[in-house]
Amino acid sequence: MMLESYALSSIGSALKPLPADWPGGFWWHWLVFTIIAILFVLLMVLFFTYFERRAMGRLQARLGPNRCGPFGVIQPIMDAIKALTKEDIVPYNADKVVHWLAPAVAFVPVLLVFVVVPFSNGAMLADLNVGILFVVAISSLSALGIVMAGWGSNNKYSLISAMRAVAAVVSYEIPVVLSIASVVLLAGSMSLNDIVLAQNIPFILMQPLAFLIFFIGASAEINRSPFDLLEADSEIVAGFHTEYSGMKFALFYLVEYAEALLLSVLITTLFLSGWRGPLLPPWLWFLIKVVAVFFVLVWVRTTLPRARIDQLMALAWKFLFPLSVINLVITAIEVLAWPGGVPWPMLFVNIGIMAVLIVSWSRLFKFGWGRVKVEA
Amino acid sequence: MLADYGSVALFLVVAVLFTVSTLAMPPMLRRMGIISKNRPNPIKNATYECGLQPTGKAWVQFNFRYYFYALVFISLDVVVVFIYPWAVQVRQLGVSALIAIVVLLFIVIVGVLYAWKKNVLEWK
Repeated sequence: MMLESYALSSIGSALKPLPADWPGGFWWHWLVFTIIAILFVLLMVLFFTYFERRAMGRLQARLGPNRCGPFGVIQPIMDAIKALTKEDIVPYNADKVVHWLAPAVAFVPVLLVFVVVPFSNGAMLADLNVGILFVVAISSLSALGIVMAGWGSNNKYSLISAMRAVAAVVSYEIPVVLSIASVVLLAGSMSLNDIVLAQNIPFILMQPLAFLIFFIGASAEINRSPFDLLEADSEIVAGFHTEYSGMKFALFYLVEYAEALLLSVLITTLFLSGWRGPLLPPWLWFLIKVVAVFFVLVWVRTTLPRARIDQLMALAWKFLFPLSVINLVITAIEVLAWPGGVPWPMLFVNIGIMAVLIVSWSRLFKFGWGRVKVEA
Repeated sequence: MLADYGSVALFLVVAVLFTVSTLAMPPMLRRMGIISKNRPNPIKNATYECGLQPTGKAWVQFNFRYYFYALVFISLDVVVVFIYPWAVQVRQLGVSALIAIVVLLFIVIVGVLYAWKKNVLEWK
């Protein structure tokens, strides 16, 4: 079956889906895909930590980790061993139970989201028909873990960081969800596999504005730089994980990179036509696209300086939210005008609309640019 | 369909077990004597405040600046719940449903604009 599907993938869209209980039977299907999902998350996170440090090194004109093994490839494994053997320091006036539970509460939802991600046509643990809604609902739960960490540490820096995390998640949830809704409008389904199947043209071309809003909003929600205010080292030490060490800290590190992986996977699936592509097998296309998106994230991180908190909130509520609503309505009109599928020349119109909207809306108000408004 | 949710639930169990066993691994290794024991002392286990003696508790009343943000967020999130089913079925529901959604969005956006004019969306 696998070989057959590889052969078919060279034809492109003629790829047949895997049967819903692929290796045969409910339990085999569950076992195989549980192992695939967990291994995918763990191995990709190990790779991402290495990849990010090396790529950041090159982008900042230095070497990055290069001591452990050839080109430093076993650096992430050494980091894991170090985290395992470190002393576990818990502050004496912390809330011990909440302090212990916080990393678990942050990690479980991120891991759970990967059950609906298609690695190939139909190759997923559970093809939920509410797929993307499931992703949105579950992934925002991990903010709870960050709040628990901030509160349970009984540290002022951690608490400030937790408050900032909630502010960011609450503000950016709306534009992100609305931009996903315009993708759902085009695809006509919430199942991630159906969304991939609907992308004869990748949605990054049909929905450029939704892509930008999703990229900015989601990277703010997972606290990637330049929106990493809750870990702003120059202001609040290390944020919510100031008081964490050893394995608990490693788990928070894991959460951070698993969320970055989730963002890359979602952008790949929603906007870059997921596992689809010519010649290469689908899962390889999927991996290539995920790593490419992650490289863009690293690139953004090394390029842009950190935003201020008022800029962060203003960007969400005054810029991204109105644009996402306008984009949603425009998309709905397009979909209703061509019920059989929006024709491809519309992508030029959409890119034009995006450019006009962004330029004209940013004229409305000026934030940042070095000018600080002084109140009398 | 129900079987899919069953496998998600089973995966949740595995995810919880995986996480808890990861967290429980260092204490177990410590008990077995493979890695060295914790050596707590009052200075080391004090709350970190840049090297100074920690002053007071962190569990204080907090200036809840984004309480208003949270209120606006809740109203918008409810709208999103209405938008998703419509987004899936938009081709069948047609123009009348689009008009209904636009009216719904208009009502909520008037509220957001009011909050904006009242300077609720400023982070001061």
